[in-house]
Amino acid sequence: MPTRHAWHEAGVTTLPVMFGYLPLGAAFGILAIEVGIPAWGAVLMSLVIYAGAGQFLAVALLAAGAGLVEVAVATLMLNSRHLFYALSLLKRFQGAGWRKPYLVFALTDETYSLLTTHSGERGLDHAQAFRISLLDQLWWVLGTVAGVLIGTTLAFDSRGIEFALTALFIVLTLEQVRRLRQWLPFAIALVTGLGAVLLLPDRHLLLGAIGAASLVLLADYRRRQDPPEDDPA
Amino acid sequence: MTTVELLVYIAVCAVATFATRVLPFVALARQAEHPLILHLGRYLPPAVMMILVIYALRDFRPLADGRLNVAPDGWPVVIASLVVVGLHLWRRHALLSIVGGTGAYMAMVQLGVTP
Repeated sequence: MPTRHAWHEAGVTTLPVMFGYLPLGAAFGILAIEVGIPAWGAVLMSLVIYAGAGQFLAVALLAAGAGLVEVAVATLMLNSRHLFYALSLLKRFQGAGWRKPYLVFALTDETYSLLTTHSGERGLDHAQAFRISLLDQLWWVLGTVAGVLIGTTLAFDSRGIEFALTALFIVLTLEQVRRLRQWLPFAIALVTGLGAVLLLPDRHLLLGAIGAASLVLLADYRRRQDPPEDDPA
Repeated sequence: MTTVELLVYIAVCAVATFATRVLPFVALARQAEHPLILHLGRYLPPAVMMILVIYALRDFRPLADGRLNVAPDGWPVVIASLVVVGLHLWRRHALLSIVGGTGAYMAMVQLGVTP
């Protein structure tokens, strides 16, 4: 695939993320300025931390005067769902070479969703995965820059634009249903997801649901292993 | 807060975030072909996607407090989501589904239209 075409395709793929990341990044920038973080600090956070909810948490804890240990523990807890993301990408990122450290670093919810859905059976090539990851972070950083520049006066009424991320997840779920044609993972997600919504506080919700889903998949794997002739695929 | 303190603070957040992403790659580098890892690689992404949808829609709780939830974010989220599903089943054009649903949501939220 010619490089120009590949970048164009990556751009189209990441458009929905752009609609979500620009306003959310801007919201982060505005919030950071409000609590007294300098503009360069906010942009640096989006460059080196690059975690949506994680950055909002960091700003909130900073404003509350939390200590470094508290911040480290809270960040680890909030982001531990990424452990499971990485588990399911071990094979896919094999042989990515110099791109691999960045692919791992840039693994947000949204990038994970794009990479695991737009792959097909033969697998997404590493160069394209890299372009998608890089563009996603570019939207996030650009949003942050816009946020710290604009401050609190938004010229464009963008209320509600963050729904683009919800829409993206819905579309990707429908694509996964079409690709997999099996009900099991969706049934597991429905039970663990709704269970977590009902039982867990907001900040532990995603980790609880994804952790529980992983455990159920593990149990399912063990069950399939029992009769040796049963093919797990 | 001094510049150095802020830099240390940001560095701690960056390391903690990266740690959660890189740990399995480092710890399980040799296990990538293990059938359990392949099993998770096949079934976890669709499950996660569905959980993210549920998470994004969590504020809609029709029977919270024993009555219909008609908060500004309740019905628009559901209606816009149905627009996305409908558009996607109809044309299967990801961008159209996302832009259509988001446009519908923004219109409802900004114009204050709630059924």
